[in-house]
Amino acid sequence: MEQQSDNAILTRPETNSGRVIISDKTPEPMSDTKRIKKSYRQIRAEKWFRHLIFYVALATIILVLGIMVTLAWQSKLSIQSSGFGFLWGKTWDPVRDVFGVYPFLLGTLLTSFLALILSIPFSFAVAIFLGEYYRKGWVPDLLKNTVELIAAVPSVIYGFWGLAVLVPIVRGFETKIGVDPVGLGIFTSSLILAIMIIPYAASLGRSMIQMVPANLKEAAYSLGATRWEVIRSVILPYTRSGLFAGIMLSLGRALGETMAVTMVIGNTSLIPKNIFSPGNTMASVIANEFTEADHPVYLSALIELGLVLFVVTVIINMVGKRMIKGFSN
Amino acid sequence: MRNHVKYRIGKSIGFQALTILLSVACVVPLIFILVYIIQAGITKINWQFLTNLPKPVGEKGGGIANALLGSIIIIATSSVIAIPFGILCGIYLSENKNSKLAYWSRLCIDVLQGIPSIVIGIVAYFWLVKPLGGFSSLSGSVALAIMMLPIVVRSTEETLLLLPDSLREAAYALGMPFHRVILKVIVPCGISGILSGVMLSIARITGETAPLLFTAFGNPYLSTNIFKPMQSLPLLIFNYATSPYNDWHDLAWGASCILLIWVLLLNISTKLLTRKWKVQL
Amino acid sequence: MKSLAVVALAFAITGGIMTMGCNGSGSGSKADSTSGNDNTILGAGATFPNPLYSKMFSEYNKNTGLKVNYQSIGSGGGIQQLTSKTVDFGASDAPLNGKQDSALSAPAVHIPITAGAVVLSYNLPDFKDTLNLSPDVLAKIFLGDIKKWNDPQIQAINKGAKLPATDILVAHRSDGSGTSNIFTTYLSKVSTDWDSKVGKGSSVNWPVGLGGKGNEGVAGSIKQTPGAIGYIELAYAIQNNMAYAKMQNKAGNWVLPSIASVTAAANIAIPADAKVSLTNTDAADGYPISGLTWILVYKEQKYGDRSLDRATKILKMIQWMVHDGQQYCAPLNYAPLSPNAVSVADAQLKTITYDGKPVLQ
Repeated sequence: MEQQSDNAILTRPETNSGRVIISDKTPEPMSDTKRIKKSYRQIRAEKWFRHLIFYVALATIILVLGIMVTLAWQSKLSIQSSGFGFLWGKTWDPVRDVFGVYPFLLGTLLTSFLALILSIPFSFAVAIFLGEYYRKGWVPDLLKNTVELIAAVPSVIYGFWGLAVLVPIVRGFETKIGVDPVGLGIFTSSLILAIMIIPYAASLGRSMIQMVPANLKEAAYSLGATRWEVIRSVILPYTRSGLFAGIMLSLGRALGETMAVTMVIGNTSLIPKNIFSPGNTMASVIANEFTEADHPVYLSALIELGLVLFVVTVIINMVGKRMIKGFSN
Repeated sequence: MRNHVKYRIGKSIGFQALTILLSVACVVPLIFILVYIIQAGITKINWQFLTNLPKPVGEKGGGIANALLGSIIIIATSSVIAIPFGILCGIYLSENKNSKLAYWSRLCIDVLQGIPSIVIGIVAYFWLVKPLGGFSSLSGSVALAIMMLPIVVRSTEETLLLLPDSLREAAYALGMPFHRVILKVIVPCGISGILSGVMLSIARITGETAPLLFTAFGNPYLSTNIFKPMQSLPLLIFNYATSPYNDWHDLAWGASCILLIWVLLLNISTKLLTRKWKVQL
Repeated sequence: MKSLAVVALAFAITGGIMTMGCNGSGSGSKADSTSGNDNTILGAGATFPNPLYSKMFSEYNKNTGLKVNYQSIGSGGGIQQLTSKTVDFGASDAPLNGKQDSALSAPAVHIPITAGAVVLSYNLPDFKDTLNLSPDVLAKIFLGDIKKWNDPQIQAINKGAKLPATDILVAHRSDGSGTSNIFTTYLSKVSTDWDSKVGKGSSVNWPVGLGGKGNEGVAGSIKQTPGAIGYIELAYAIQNNMAYAKMQNKAGNWVLPSIASVTAAANIAIPADAKVSLTNTDAADGYPISGLTWILVYKEQKYGDRSLDRATKILKMIQWMVHDGQQYCAPLNYAPLSPNAVSVADAQLKTITYDGKPVLQ
């Protein structure tokens, strides 16, 4: 009877008994040459398949190298003409061929960090809720799935909703506090970004918190700690690097986000005066101006901007992933 | 002493309440957004909406047929490119865990996952639009395929790693060659994990706009030619949402509603599929 | 083996489907999207005439069945895509400047299609009259020197009007725009301050304000932001029920943008290459911020894989736009071309050749 359950995995669905069917006719024994030919065929096919998957894996490496080379090659023109002033130049003037991306760096950093600050309390709350307080049951399942759905909604829909609903609200708020009631700007973009990046730190944090060994927690409880004290003194220090990695991943996502930000940030290439001013991020500049860069240096400057964005996001993502790997080991 | 203990317990309960409050508060914006979009968009959807082409600026009665067809074609083409590629790569990574190539390949897949979608759009422009001399939905599909790749590869790799080694060994013991072991035994066993990775990757690219901005470009007519520009739902939403015309806003709401429901359905079906496999995607 | 055969077959089928979608167009590495004989012409460019073009192309499609895929990405985009040869024609409200000319691999021809007005649209919900703006005040607003609606300088030219004490929120283009070009050319002509600080062009370093993509984006910004002011094409303001200002022209008159005032401004001799600016017109009743908009095509149509048939289709379409298509201008508040402009357009069309021979006889 035990044999049957092992066979169950290996047999094809069309057999109805879960057992290998032995036919009534004994198959004709294969001639030697046929058997040899079949073996050679199989060996060749096996080699072919092994080579196939090898080259496919190699191709992924070539793909990434190709991306980096393309970006670097196309930015060459701009690197030669702008030099390092590209990164801290305060003026982006395509007419006079002056390309300084400091306003966009500032815009990107402001929106991303503000979004991070706004979203961290919520991400951590969800992570602790699901990892520590309520691990099993249909309520935590529902919460977990809903939070993951936040990440599933397309960015352009967040942008459209932001444009239609959030911008008038922020405009009303700005009128009350006496700032230019534009509605569009860094603050609004940060709000939408904050909503969008909650799931990343939340799900990573949840896995990290669930991995805390039970005996550590039980030791703390046996010493008379309350739940909060266990969280504060045992769980959080233990998962510190994992939580930090979650923050890195959220940050990486926020830095590269394009569509939602482009729709609500106000698209101004000036340095933002305060968090309520309109501005631009590196990604939104590329989105707006790419199809109309009408001379080679302009296009090259935009590609160089893409290269900077690429390098920054990849570094942050890799740091985050390394920390997770280090934590799991 | 008793008061101090009460204080500590009070803090603990307070923190728990705070956690619950924040977690629930987290979910509120999402529910609000979903309800708003569905309610704003559902009234705009009717048969005309789904089958008409956009009308000239300012005229009523336009529809989104070109965007619907375009989205389907672009996603189908991306899937055809990315899925075989991704599954084969995932197979390599799970079968050769410790080789040098696997290490670098995994690293590159991680890098790919972190690249902003607009940068991938730039690269696709230089690889496909310029050489082919024009915008095409194929270039958009390639950009989207590059974005699908990491998700498919990781889900395939992790699903296959979860399968017991005894399965492989039993198949080898029966004398099966390597490719048969993989294609006839391992992959079918892990098919639901792989399938959920595929569905997740499709859900991811359905809503992507940035790479399509300068690859697929847009088209007011129905088109099935992948070497020419094509319209897609997210592109349409972006263009119409930022326009001043109320008719176009209505179209954008309807399109957002459809896109949202499409993506949510994909994600929910994936979750139901992954129940069987505790795959960390 | 069977499974391998299945995999290989799947690849082959998908490859086959992809090439079948080709419709017979030459898809070698030198092919451009402008080749092939499917019935679609690809154009890109100015958002300024987009309401008119989308109507014209829709009507032309009804008459002849030719499909025109026009993407309004801004004049800068139109010029760039024409330079890269990814489109059949570009559309721009700014004539090619020296830098753009030299970036082209072959000369391009400008064909005027219509003239329109760049209006100053504003969002003042409680202000029911029409605002008056003088060139000086306009330049100062866009330079950021005048910040509030009830500034005395604005009040001085709008006697008796009740203007609110709110901030002026400027909206401008974030993309490369012919509309911006018309507007900044005008400002450079009437304000030395603007000329020295900002200058003119399709994409300038705006001292203040919010960016919007395309005429659509700027109109959207103005419409949704109380206290905003921005420059858009007349058709956008009318189609969206937005208020727009009267401008004081060179003769000192306060002119409301309309077909009549744009036609008056456009009633000048058009040079043979059709590159002319209509801003700051001398005409007494002309609207000072008017502009022509052009379609750009290469003079020699034989490049890449293009066929004579395709070139003929495109030129016939443009010819229709300059003649029969003009009937759609007025209902959308664009000014039809003057007889002089039409003859220049026709002459330009006749200079376009395929393999050295003129396409249209």
